[in-house]
Amino acid sequence: MDIAVCIKQVPDTTEVRINPETNTLIREGVPSIVNPFDENAVEEALRLREKHGGKVTVITMGPPQATEALKQTIAMGADEVYLISDRAFAGSDTWATSYTLAAALKKLGKFDLILCGKQAIDGDTAQVGPGIAEWLNIPQVTFAVKVEVEGSKAKVERLLEEVNEIVEIPLPAMITVVKQINEPRPPSLKGMMRAKKAEIKTLSAADIEADQTITGLKGSPTRVMKIFAPPQKGGGEMLSGSADEMVNALVTKLRERKIF
Amino acid sequence: MDLRKDPNEAANWKGIWVFAEQHGGNVQNVAYELIAEGRKLAETLGCEVCAVLAGDDHIESKCQSLFDHGADKVYLVTDPELQHYRTAPYTRALTQLVDKYKPEIFLIGATTTGRDLAARMAVRVNCGLTADCTGLSIDPVKKILQQTRPAFGGNIMATILSPNHRPQMATVRPKVFKKEKIKNPKSEQGNVIKFKPTLKPEDLLVKILSIVKDESVKVNLQDAEIIVSGGRGIQDPKNFKMVEELAQALGGAVGASRATVDAGWISAHHQVGQTGKTVAPKLYIACGIAGKIQHLVGMQGSDTIVAINKDPDAPIFKLATYGIVGDCLEVVPALTRKIREIRG
Repeated sequence: MDIAVCIKQVPDTTEVRINPETNTLIREGVPSIVNPFDENAVEEALRLREKHGGKVTVITMGPPQATEALKQTIAMGADEVYLISDRAFAGSDTWATSYTLAAALKKLGKFDLILCGKQAIDGDTAQVGPGIAEWLNIPQVTFAVKVEVEGSKAKVERLLEEVNEIVEIPLPAMITVVKQINEPRPPSLKGMMRAKKAEIKTLSAADIEADQTITGLKGSPTRVMKIFAPPQKGGGEMLSGSADEMVNALVTKLRERKIF
Repeated sequence: MDLRKDPNEAANWKGIWVFAEQHGGNVQNVAYELIAEGRKLAETLGCEVCAVLAGDDHIESKCQSLFDHGADKVYLVTDPELQHYRTAPYTRALTQLVDKYKPEIFLIGATTTGRDLAARMAVRVNCGLTADCTGLSIDPVKKILQQTRPAFGGNIMATILSPNHRPQMATVRPKVFKKEKIKNPKSEQGNVIKFKPTLKPEDLLVKILSIVKDESVKVNLQDAEIIVSGGRGIQDPKNFKMVEELAQALGGAVGASRATVDAGWISAHHQVGQTGKTVAPKLYIACGIAGKIQHLVGMQGSDTIVAINKDPDAPIFKLATYGIVGDCLEVVPALTRKIREIRG
């Protein structure tokens, strides 16, 4: 089976801060990584390939440095990778991004399954996977914690708020995965050698025959009005004394607040 | 709808809609929360707040509770295929409703269901969509929706606009706004607009086979008034028992930090934070949770926060109403004993 995985290179968000004077992002010194949920998607694709045969193609939309993220997936075992990159894509929101990735996938051929991470850790939107599915007019299953392919169908377990839901979906389909689905493998030595030598193919807006009136900032319905640092909290009352004394003091205070 | 193609269209898109997410006939609290917040926005815009309730024919009985929480009108969308949420039939039905009645703003809870639906719909109806908002307001001059949300794991906040497209669509995090019982003179008229969507065979390809309950979830996290959460500081997965005992003594639910879920100490249904659930109970007790921003954004709306941690510099203490510097393994069981003693 032919599987495509869409990944995103993201800043390690635990390190991103905002400059309180200029209200701009401080990105210097912040390492770029493959979005962790996308690593799970790549891992799942590789496992399905090991079971059912076929090919794993990984694509990303981003600036030239996103090739590093693609190389990491080659090191994990991806067969083919493509960088979807063009100035015409700059400033895309999730709507325009999903259009562009769908256009690239259409151009690259027919896939039985398209996998994405449930969301990227920078934007945290979870909107691009379903968006791609809509552009490609294929069914979607989001938040998958288990995927089993049987013939032309997949049985997928979804991780919801309180329960898990098991659904059956015909292929081709889009599935977005959660972290609990698997443990991504580390890159193999052979894979790293392949990644080092790999020439990454880049596809431009013209290559994927994208309608440039609906790509990039111009094609994005949303606009960022401003960014700012979250308000800081001052901190409350620290209790002191022995463990029992602190517990007694706490219970007294909670009862004063009529919590119990 | 892209207004740049037809600027005169803007005036035709009116009203604030709220998706009344329901499971098994139970309307989710986030719908009531969004109706309450929608009413504030509607004051500035001078428009109606409408709930969109979809399901099979039995769902009609739920309209009244939407009126009781402030809806001016209910769009009742029924079809046997809408009994349980599935992406395709819901997207089809609600897109048809949007095309026909043209809302200016469409708010949807940022639940797994809401995020699955909204993302697909936004592409189909060609409109902007802002994910997981925690703040909403109306630009007083341009009269457009300002949608504020955390990004980069909660390290920054961003305000997003959809100036040229209608509806302006947003998913909104549960438990950020408070639901209200409202005496709404308009709702006494019981203004229900019934709508039968036209579904296509291709909308019915995905089948729900079964629902698997998580036995470790004894009390529903998002509706709990008291939550006791465990982090790495409890040192061993076995010590979640201690967290559970405190939760049980208080009649509350068990929460967990991302680190403990990632480590496999407890199931993901318990996770609180940016990639887990947002909660806002009356009392949140954080046991051995350092308080990374990604956790804090998921519980900072709690009325009273108690933090128990060995490290006096743990960021959780900045947010805590009451802080205890100490070993969870000693403090938590002591607290459980004390509470049992009081409650007999």
